[in-house]
Amino acid sequence: MKLLSNTLVAGLSLALSAAAFSAEKYVIDTKGMHAFIEFKISHLGYSWLKGRFNDFSGELTYDEKSPENSSVSVSIKTASVDSNHAERDKHLRGSDFLEVSKYPTATFKSTKVVSKGKGKADIVGDLTLHGVTKSVTIDAVEIGAGNDPWGGFRRGFMGSTTIALKDFGINYNLGPASETVELILNIEGIRK
Amino acid sequence: MTSLTQNQYVAMDKYLPTQRTLHWITGLLILGLFAVGVWMRSLSYYDPWYQTAPIWHKEIGIITAILIMLRVIWRIKSGVPKPLSSHKKWEIHLAHLIHILMYLMIFVIILSGYLIATADNRGIDVFGIFEVPAVINAIENQEDIAGFIHEWVAYGLIALVVLHVAGALKHHVIDKDSTLKRML
Repeated sequence: MKLLSNTLVAGLSLALSAAAFSAEKYVIDTKGMHAFIEFKISHLGYSWLKGRFNDFSGELTYDEKSPENSSVSVSIKTASVDSNHAERDKHLRGSDFLEVSKYPTATFKSTKVVSKGKGKADIVGDLTLHGVTKSVTIDAVEIGAGNDPWGGFRRGFMGSTTIALKDFGINYNLGPASETVELILNIEGIRK
Repeated sequence: MTSLTQNQYVAMDKYLPTQRTLHWITGLLILGLFAVGVWMRSLSYYDPWYQTAPIWHKEIGIITAILIMLRVIWRIKSGVPKPLSSHKKWEIHLAHLIHILMYLMIFVIILSGYLIATADNRGIDVFGIFEVPAVINAIENQEDIAGFIHEWVAYGLIALVVLHVAGALKHHVIDKDSTLKRML
């Protein structure tokens, strides 16, 4: 009888710990580049300027049953900024904006995931950019998941957040319409 | 055999009219380009010159590069006046060294400027007359590396220009010889 209860307890705790680790680990597919980190900022209030960071990496965990156990972390090489105009990119890397020699990486690490149902979630986390760390909320949505044709399993998300440049110590005057920038992440994770 | 590093001295009182004209025109253009280069980077985003100044800097820069090439051709083709007999050996060597360094630095500045402007595979339009095509654009962070070189070699060149002018004035004012007059 004692043996049985011990076995039960052991089995139960094993099951519990399995539940705790039921979150799946994914690595962002930057090898095959099914991931994009883009930004969007108004030009004078007349049009949208878009650009992206070409060099980044990241991981995420995903817990289907309890999404609040999910997490994501991304690390971006700031020097890889690309707005399809070399002289603008040079300006963006310089002291007026990203100061990439001083702050070569930008990171995002989630601290809390709040599920909103239907594959939507608010991902709260610390964004470190230009040497400043601030909490931001990424409005995220799961796009899809499933087996890929090459024997793997993939899951993709899109998320966006809007930040004020001056919150991150970037004070170059681009005009009143261009004080905030939207960061847009499209990422596909490959399950480990 | 004449080359850039070895002067071909010719028995003439002055530099040729073409050489003199090109010397002063390119000299003034280089000083102007340097001033505009420093100034245009300080402009705010809303400055009316923010867009225009860099365009002019590039267009005038290309024109200057062409004139400099003509200058070099004339220097090789026609040679330069013999040093004055009053010139000391160290003066001749120092002046020659500074000349060569200036030419080299100008060449580096032209090349690096071109590499900044064409780093995204777009050519440089020169007053709508012709376009200098982009050829090299695969260097990683090309615009940053070229920009760093362009800036610092330009400062170095201006330092040499100061020495060059000081030398010319020393001959004119202190030695009271005809060194400077050969270029006037």
